Amino acid sequence: MTRTEITLSVNGCQHTLALDPRVTLLDALREVIGLTGAKKGCDRGECGTCTVLVDGRRVYACLTLAVMHDGATVTTVEGLADGTDLHPLQQAFISRDALQCGFCTPGQILSAIGLLAEGRATSEQEIREFMSGNLCRCGAYPNIVAAIRDVAGAQ
Amino acid sequence: MRPTAVGTPVDRADARSKVTGTACYTVDVVLPDLAHAVVVQSTVPTGRIVRIDAAAAERAPGVLGVLSHANTPSLAEVPTFPQGPAGQRRPPLQDDTVNFDGEHLAVVVADTLHHAAQAAALIDVAYDREEAVTTLEAGDELPPSGIFGEAPDSVRGDPEAALARAEVRLDATYTTPTEHHHPLEPGATVAAWDGGRLTLYDSTQWVSGVRDAVAMTLGMATDQVRVVSPFVGGAFGSKAMVWPHVVLAALAARHVGRPVKLVLSRAQMFTSLGYRSPTVQRLSLGARQDGTLTAIVHAVTQQTSVFEEFVAGAGYISRSLYACPNVAVRHRLVRVNAPTPTVMRAPGEAVGSFALESALDELAAQSGVDPVALRLRNFAEDEPQEGLAWSSNALRECYQVGAERFGWERRTTEPRSMREGRHLVGWGMASATYGVHSEAAAARVRICADGRILVTSGTQDLGTGTYTTMVQVAADALGVPVERVTAALGDTDLPPAPHSGGSQTAASVGPAVWSAALDACSKVLALAEQGDSYAEILTRHGIEFVEGRGDARPGASASRFAMRSFGAHFAEVQVDPELGEVRLTRFCGVFGAGRILNPKTARSQMIGGIVGGTGMALTERTVTDRRLGRVVSPNLSGYAVPTHADIPWIDVCFIDEHDPHVNALGVKGIGEVAIVGVAAAIANAVHHATGRRIRDLPITPQTLL
Ligand code: FES
Ligand code: FES
Repeated sequence: MTRTEITLSVNGCQHTLALDPRVTLLDALREVIGLTGAKKGCDRGECGTCTVLVDGRRVYACLTLAVMHDGATVTTVEGLADGTDLHPLQQAFISRDALQCGFCTPGQILSAIGLLAEGRATSEQEIREFMSGNLCRCGAYPNIVAAIRDVAGAQ
Repeated sequence: MRPTAVGTPVDRADARSKVTGTACYTVDVVLPDLAHAVVVQSTVPTGRIVRIDAAAAERAPGVLGVLSHANTPSLAEVPTFPQGPAGQRRPPLQDDTVNFDGEHLAVVVADTLHHAAQAAALIDVAYDREEAVTTLEAGDELPPSGIFGEAPDSVRGDPEAALARAEVRLDATYTTPTEHHHPLEPGATVAAWDGGRLTLYDSTQWVSGVRDAVAMTLGMATDQVRVVSPFVGGAFGSKAMVWPHVVLAALAARHVGRPVKLVLSRAQMFTSLGYRSPTVQRLSLGARQDGTLTAIVHAVTQQTSVFEEFVAGAGYISRSLYACPNVAVRHRLVRVNAPTPTVMRAPGEAVGSFALESALDELAAQSGVDPVALRLRNFAEDEPQEGLAWSSNALRECYQVGAERFGWERRTTEPRSMREGRHLVGWGMASATYGVHSEAAAARVRICADGRILVTSGTQDLGTGTYTTMVQVAADALGVPVERVTAALGDTDLPPAPHSGGSQTAASVGPAVWSAALDACSKVLALAEQGDSYAEILTRHGIEFVEGRGDARPGASASRFAMRSFGAHFAEVQVDPELGEVRLTRFCGVFGAGRILNPKTARSQMIGGIVGGTGMALTERTVTDRRLGRVVSPNLSGYAVPTHADIPWIDVCFIDEHDPHVNALGVKGIGEVAIVGVAAAIANAVHHATGRRIRDLPITPQTLL
């Protein structure tokens, strides 16, 4: 299979990649670039563990091909903290204990950032509805909602 | 020592690594020259493999090797739990027989994941298919040989005579479906050989179990195998035992001479790490007119695989939850062409409580007694089966506190009597109980001259808070702030600890950490007067660090006391009368579970159990096609777990309970009691809302319409 060359800006770093066009954005991040913060819980758009921001919008990285995002800006969980200063949502997740095993956590946090940017975090009901693409099998939902509320309220 | 860390809501010690993405799970492990393995599974439920054609796969780009029964060395069987650590005794790739759809038949290894997946799709298997038993209803019932060492059947008193004489009688059958754990991190193993030594990175609840199982099946000495598992992306029982893919990763790595990563797909998870067996439970209750129980007969049928036995004691809860003089419990198994089932969060109790606690609600309705009052009337002052005193039992306080917090007294008795707009509102409750378990465990505590403390044990943290509670216990034993303490776990090179199951980790490892810390402390104090800091003493003596070791084992109390955690669940649902949709709108769980080491992480555990129970009640079911013997829609759309939108705010409360008998820390264990009774509380609320008694889980709109 011929490879396609693309560039991606991931967490502020430029990457030029020659990829099989069938490679998903998630596999490009995890297997090629070596950023494993985005997780693969299902590889078919059903769990949300792979959620990243592409040009500021939350997407399932397993459901989109890397070559479709030539020139895009991608943010993964590794790109959220500013040195040792955590992003407010990261801190809220710790304070509210909004995680257990932590496998869904990168996806939950990135999805929540997308949610806040969409202006969809005005009530608990709305947060629950628009976060429902991110499963948490440990069942941390009430604490995740509380963490998002804390940050939405502070903004 | 004054406890200043234990019992306080300390932030989770591993939270920072998890919110920043630096926590390295097994699926994230990268080693130099890492190759990738993809498993190929059977597509018939029973029969023989006539041919496995791997030629096209072997020629595919990047492929390094293919393993099947044709070229796999012979492997030793590993006994299943509790005799051994295996989830499945039968080793993989040993012969041409197929026993269930989704059994591992081959492994393809390639230089990249993409190449391995492409090549795996080229493996062509021809079968000679045989007649299969694909459902529990289709097979013959057999008595199991035992249930974790206990007799499958037991009788106390004369239940039949008591039933015949009972003023109120109830006889009903409750069924629960196959359920899957579906931790979000799939089963995954990375295997790396260094000469004759093997290192396995594995997503597991039991690092030493993996070491023992793999050493045994490959004929190696256990000290030649190291297992590493610092972060586990959820487990719930699916990773408590060792499953065949783990040894396949080790074999694949040896075959290609490179480290190999093997990650199961979500679809493969349906047949690779066990599942909760479906149950058919017939329950007969006899009672006096005032609701006092006089007889319970609980007969359970479950399934196992055609090649071995696994059975959870679903009926046992009926022997010990209530005072009742006449109780019979019976377990039967049907052999099905399906994988071997396994433990899943509160094995036995989670499903058994659905039947018992639904039946108690039916009895309450029949006898006109309030459900809480009915349970109080049947409270067991002593453990009823063995007649031992409870080490502690806060069940009455759980009912009382739960009823108050929930506002139970405002419940109107009649079904369909409460409404919110066009929705029917229902309130239901149920009891919870789970046994206290612990096993021998060891820990090490190192006090360093720079003031840092390192606490280590070969235990696991599944998201359960083990890192955090180890830090807290060590900090208090040494009288230092938690910020100074770091914990390490999940490595067979560390002092040995048992599997993280049966809610036993805190009760096993906590006391070991405590005594290791005291040992280290006494070694420092032997050097100098009290009053100086550890760092000052060590520095003055030019010592880099001292190390203490602690070993803890279950005490003698186990034979003198009955030890269980208890709880009470209160649920509110709203049911759409036209659509049959049930929404959980409010939930309160109150628990008496001994000393709570960390109320913050413990609350999360309880919420997690309640969310799991909500899935049992309303959404979770694995459907198998009867003709094909194959899971239908093996994905997270076909198997619906609760989402954000399904879960309301959950009120969790712990009763302050001091139990001097369970162990040195007074810890009972919390992971499993939280799920017990949740499905019944919700089903009882649905009955209160609609007048419909649903005895078959899950309660979907189809069942209500
Ligand atoms: S891995 Fe992308 S949604 Fe599950
Ligand atoms: S924290 Fe385990 S899946 Fe969400």
